[in-house]
Amino acid sequence: MKISNVLKLFASVLMLSFGTSAIADTLSDTKDRGHVRCGVSQGLPGFSNPDENGNWVGIDVDVCRAVAAAIFGKGGDDKVEYFPVSAKERFTKLTAGEYDILSRNTTWTLSRDAKIGLTFNGVNFYDGQGFMVPKALGVTSALELDGASVCVNTGTTTELNLADFFRANGMSYEPVVFEKADEVLAAYDSGRCDVHTTDKSGLAAQRTKLAQPDEHMVLGETISKEPLGPVTREGDEPWSDIVFWTLNALITWDELGLEAGDALKTIVGDTSQTPEVKRILGVEGDQGGHLGLDKDWAYWALFEVGHYGDMYERHVGANTPLALARAGSPNAGWKNGGLIYAPPIR
Amino acid sequence: MNVRTDIIKPPKQDIFKSGKFRSIVVQIIVMVLVVGSIGWIVNNAATNMKANGISHGFAFLWETSFFDIGYLPFIEHTASHTYFNAFVVGLLNTVLVAVLGIFLATIIGFLIGIGRLSDNWLVARFCGFYVEVLRNIPLLLQLFFWYHAVLRILPRAKNSLNIGDSFYLNLKGLFIPKPIPEVGFNYVLLIGIFSIISIIFLFFWAKKRQALTGQQFPVFYASLAIFIIPILIVSFLNNTPMYLEDPVLKGFNFKGGIRLIPELVALLLALSLYTASFIAENVRSGILAINKGQIEAANAVGLQRVPILRLIIIPQAMRVIIPPLTSQYLNLTKNSSLAVAIAYPDLVHVFAGTALMQTGQAVEILAITMSVYLTLSITISLLMNWYNSAMKLKDS
Repeated sequence: MKISNVLKLFASVLMLSFGTSAIADTLSDTKDRGHVRCGVSQGLPGFSNPDENGNWVGIDVDVCRAVAAAIFGKGGDDKVEYFPVSAKERFTKLTAGEYDILSRNTTWTLSRDAKIGLTFNGVNFYDGQGFMVPKALGVTSALELDGASVCVNTGTTTELNLADFFRANGMSYEPVVFEKADEVLAAYDSGRCDVHTTDKSGLAAQRTKLAQPDEHMVLGETISKEPLGPVTREGDEPWSDIVFWTLNALITWDELGLEAGDALKTIVGDTSQTPEVKRILGVEGDQGGHLGLDKDWAYWALFEVGHYGDMYERHVGANTPLALARAGSPNAGWKNGGLIYAPPIR
Repeated sequence: MNVRTDIIKPPKQDIFKSGKFRSIVVQIIVMVLVVGSIGWIVNNAATNMKANGISHGFAFLWETSFFDIGYLPFIEHTASHTYFNAFVVGLLNTVLVAVLGIFLATIIGFLIGIGRLSDNWLVARFCGFYVEVLRNIPLLLQLFFWYHAVLRILPRAKNSLNIGDSFYLNLKGLFIPKPIPEVGFNYVLLIGIFSIISIIFLFFWAKKRQALTGQQFPVFYASLAIFIIPILIVSFLNNTPMYLEDPVLKGFNFKGGIRLIPELVALLLALSLYTASFIAENVRSGILAINKGQIEAANAVGLQRVPILRLIIIPQAMRVIIPPLTSQYLNLTKNSSLAVAIAYPDLVHVFAGTALMQTGQAVEILAITMSVYLTLSITISLLMNWYNSAMKLKDS
């Protein structure tokens, strides 16, 4: 399995070498193919995880579903092919064209944006890195972790933040670096490491998988900013625009405080709605046309997937196993003191 | 007589039908095709990467890495070191596991291989069992077995297995005392080197004497005495200028002492035990390739079992053993890249893993990594070929 990963990576590099450098037109390729290709995690509850029926669910998965619905219209949210990838190989496979959207709890950073040939298209979850420790250690602050062994996933910003944090505080540590999130968790659970570190939402999700979740706690400190969002290849702006604006249509609807899903059927016929609502649903104007999509692109995205708040509450909110309350967190709407904010759709 | 000269005359030389010419032409065409396609691939990759906004080139090697590496037996690496430094660390860790693995696999392999030919029923069957089991289970599974099944049942750091407050074994590894030299240790070192030189002289002298007179000299015991006695005396005179630093549990981990991390142990166990099963078969084939008459002749002149093995069988068997042994060494070295499956920071894990991810320069990093393995393999091949030619039958 590890060998096959290396082989896959190598194949991706070969594709980069042999592929002709034709001008990319991902949208028409996607329309011809009949489905959207979406890179997701290998199983992170709340973000992208297969449910008991083997269907991919999660807040990251919903971004791909919304894009597919915006492109293909009614029932389009099912027209997605998912590619579970490790943190290490996610960018190489995206740039090599194995899939067209990477929606895999990926942090937006300068070097990724400018150096690897990626475009980041907004943020669907504001996260931050934290530490999980067994309660038996008696540690209450991350500043007491001098000399600890820390289990971490390779190829992540986590690995770099960890180094920054310990260096900044003049502490030493032993990184134990695994390729898969599951291996990190298993090593932590067995006691090979004293500390497990990743994004706090990830810690909340991983804690539910431990043998005895109650014997572990997430420390208070948040040591980094992790804005997570969907990623596309650099050099195909029309495609990136579709992903960006589809996500922001979902956020705008959340800001407007309107209901999505079936309620849209009545809203779309309601002539008393504001011009903004009519514009988004394609009743007036042709915003979709500017994106190379149909007029009712946002209507179908909202109809099939729901707005941002629906997405959040369904997968990571207070009533899910992750239990990450939205109110008071950076993921609340800007009107409620959070950071979720969409540029105007006009 | 009317001779038809046009028949006798050799046919006119047709350059296109000359075998030599054709072979040169074909070789040139193949060469141009190969070089051309490589050039096309490289150019295409560079163009594509540029078009996609991916940075390329080798300048990244001198950039700051910003990540730490967990196991540093040789040189320092912190987040403020460069990617090149990380590359060197990974390379050294790979070489470490390859060298230790080859050493262990050779010893175990020879013991098992010879044991399988033993007259002792139990020993022979055990060795046969060992070979059949280990070489028929995939290496990756064996690695997982050692790492996830065997080494994970060890106790946590607080409840370490403790031998005399000096040796500790727990989930985080094996901790042993570290010898620390003190003032006066240089004298001991000096006398040690002097002893070794004396032993070498003794060895040649004994060999010469045996060739001249036929008398044997107990080289082994004499060497042992020459090595140990002076060192003991000098150490005593200098109040034993070395102390053992015991590992001590401080906070989360043991401080001081020498540490063997479980990842290295699991990798070494898996690689050396697996490769040893193949080496054992090479050894057995080498020994069986020797004419039975050789052993009978040795018996006839009254040699004992061990000298027969040491003086007659092994030297001749080596000629058969070395070439396949080389392949096993190469296999072991390349298989060490399975380290990526557990968290041992070898070249593939650190450089083709973390560094690749952080820089995104897959083409350059994979090219460097592959050339490193190529270089390592060729080095091993050259060394073994040299050893092979030293060991082969010298016909004059």
